[in-house]
Amino acid sequence: MNLEFTAEEKAFRDDVRSFIENNYPQNIERAAVQDDMSPEDMTAWHKILGEKGWSVPAWPEQYGGTGWTPTQRYIWSEENARVNAVMPLPFGVAMVGPVIYTFGNEEQKAKHLPGIKSGNTWWCQGYSEPGAGSDLASLKTTAVRDGDDYIINGQKTWTTLAQHADWGFFLCRTDPDAPKPQQGISFILVDMKTPGIEVRPIKLIDGGYEVNEVWLTDVRVPAENLIGEENKGWTYAKFLLAHERSGIAGVARSKRGVEQLKEIAQHEMLDGEPLLQDMGFATKISQLEIDLAALEITELRTLAGEQAGKGPGPESSLLKVKGTEIQQRLTELTLEAVGHYGTPDFRSFPADGSNDFPIGPDYAHSAAPTYFNMRKTSIYGGSNEIQRNIITKMVLGL
Amino acid sequence: MDFNFSDEQNMVRDGISRLVREQYDWDTRRAVIASESGWRPEFWAQLAELGMLAAPFSEEDGGFGGGAVETMLIMEEFGKGLVVEPFIPSVVCAGGFLKHAGTAAQKEEYLSAIIAGEKVFAFAYAEPQGRYDLANLTTSAKKDGDGYSLNGHKAVVIGAPWASHFVVTARTSGGQSDAGGVSVFIVAKDADGVSLRDYATVDGRRASEVYFENVSVPADALIGELDNGLPLIETVVDEATAAVCAEATGAMQVTHAMTLEYAKQRKQFGVPISSFQVLQHRMVDMFMEYEQSISMSYLATIKLDEDEATRKHAVSSAKVRVGQSARFVGQSAVQTHGGMGVTDETAVGSYFKRLSIIESEFGSVDHHMRRHVKLTAAQ
Repeated sequence: MNLEFTAEEKAFRDDVRSFIENNYPQNIERAAVQDDMSPEDMTAWHKILGEKGWSVPAWPEQYGGTGWTPTQRYIWSEENARVNAVMPLPFGVAMVGPVIYTFGNEEQKAKHLPGIKSGNTWWCQGYSEPGAGSDLASLKTTAVRDGDDYIINGQKTWTTLAQHADWGFFLCRTDPDAPKPQQGISFILVDMKTPGIEVRPIKLIDGGYEVNEVWLTDVRVPAENLIGEENKGWTYAKFLLAHERSGIAGVARSKRGVEQLKEIAQHEMLDGEPLLQDMGFATKISQLEIDLAALEITELRTLAGEQAGKGPGPESSLLKVKGTEIQQRLTELTLEAVGHYGTPDFRSFPADGSNDFPIGPDYAHSAAPTYFNMRKTSIYGGSNEIQRNIITKMVLGL
Repeated sequence: MDFNFSDEQNMVRDGISRLVREQYDWDTRRAVIASESGWRPEFWAQLAELGMLAAPFSEEDGGFGGGAVETMLIMEEFGKGLVVEPFIPSVVCAGGFLKHAGTAAQKEEYLSAIIAGEKVFAFAYAEPQGRYDLANLTTSAKKDGDGYSLNGHKAVVIGAPWASHFVVTARTSGGQSDAGGVSVFIVAKDADGVSLRDYATVDGRRASEVYFENVSVPADALIGELDNGLPLIETVVDEATAAVCAEATGAMQVTHAMTLEYAKQRKQFGVPISSFQVLQHRMVDMFMEYEQSISMSYLATIKLDEDEATRKHAVSSAKVRVGQSARFVGQSAVQTHGGMGVTDETAVGSYFKRLSIIESEFGSVDHHMRRHVKLTAAQ
């Protein structure tokens, strides 16, 4: 048992830290609400990392991965969180990329992997449907073979940032007569510029637009865009969901969030003392730090297992549940900390930027929208109820 | 022991309930809060016409002889419809100050106009540095000839864009957080030196930052005693806190009902999600939370007219319970609605947002827990 980094790992940390310091684009900060960032800002760091060869560290080296150990990848994400870096979006790098290099053919790898690495191709995920959320396998969007093409019809929803996407990966039903719903599904790549695709943004409770409905009407897609075998898409989807969950703990980002919360609590005053000195509030921050420490070590244990050759398994469900609970708790405490100035809706402030009358401290403006927005985390990526069902079945054997 | 309401109280409840049901469906509210003014003065006039703005006042003050129970019944129905119009700032707060401490002349000039809906008040008490401490004031009123000169900045004044007048708390002597040296004034919004920056709030209301710069306030604008305004402010804020607790119980009941309805019609895995025990138990917990909150809303309301320590103890107990329940019920409703719960397209999100802000309105759970602890220790 040893939690210390080795000398090599410390040297690696110093290297990546100085690279980040020297190369992270000035003035690009993670916005409180995702759609307040331009697509260019969201991909700026991705593109720089693509040129450096560091945009897809977890991939096998033959496809452009860095060959870093899980510990090095952990250090990498920690160092990026220190500067609140806007990391590459997960849809290409963490989701469809691994599916393509694991199950795709050589043409598909050659066509799609370079754009994912460079950040030049924006991907979105066509999984959920209005009637298929937690019960994803009941999805109804159909792909019917017609000569060398598939013709896709249906409706997807909660498609994150599809408004900017160049490509999407879609789960479609190709065999409506399969004995089990999971058996008739295929995994198909779709050029989002194909005629028949309509993207309609959904306004969320924080007032932002980051998810969409995607309507597909007689969308003609070349059959060569099928990944792997027809009707085996569920296998690839499950593989992808395990990848999606492994990053979902968000430890590094939550640590950064705790630091920001402490800064706020240092500024806010209660009875003439900083709120941070108040035993009641400080206790709540400590509780959060303790839970986060436990999550971090649990994630490191999972990483160590990965280093020893075990793939991400049902323990990723634990990371998802505990990680999102901590992320949500953080937003609750931040909203509590800012007091009265959590109430103004910053989206209603004058657009001309006139600031004759500042409306509370800047850090207060995002507190409520972020609290509202982050309720999604216990719903998306397989709701926390579904994660508990997975643990019930896969870990407890019930 | 009697938990029944009088015939008059039932009439108030039935009247306001019908009005909110008929005129405050979610789509209408949605359009109203997105409109330029953000409220419906004609709805306010209708409330006045029906006597609702008179309900909590005695007959000699021009009311119908009611009190805190009437306010509770009205606010519970307001909560069910997420009504944004400023009953608490204008009727409960400004009306409360005048009821408790207004001179005959002040009542004649202002209270009758509040009851008639002709003057609308906002309550300018919070300050950027003060958190929930009612005595922590940098706004000052300095003696100037026969009257006072008012300077300062009030934060997040709910309903200020709709108001004709403010009740303003200010320091007339003493140090920034002293209990003594606090006074209460009436200030017209159009007085020289008053400026506002208006904005919407995340829960669908409107508010302003209000600035006073050398505002001339006549001597007869003082409500209550000079320098000894804090007990009066605490009384009125406790009444407002009880009212917002009642509003929360109404909002929680509707939030629960729509969650139950959604769970019954939403099917996954071939069955309604309401058949899953984990969701059933969550909805049972929501039910128990709002029932406990209703009880505490009653307790706070009934104790408002008792001695100071009893009143404060009951109000803080209620606000802690209600604040915690509001969070649990709001979050659970969103979670049970799944993705639909985090969109702007369903009512549940609006209820969640209002409940989230109610948590801290007139003092957060932490604030009232601290007050409860101090009161208990002092007993």
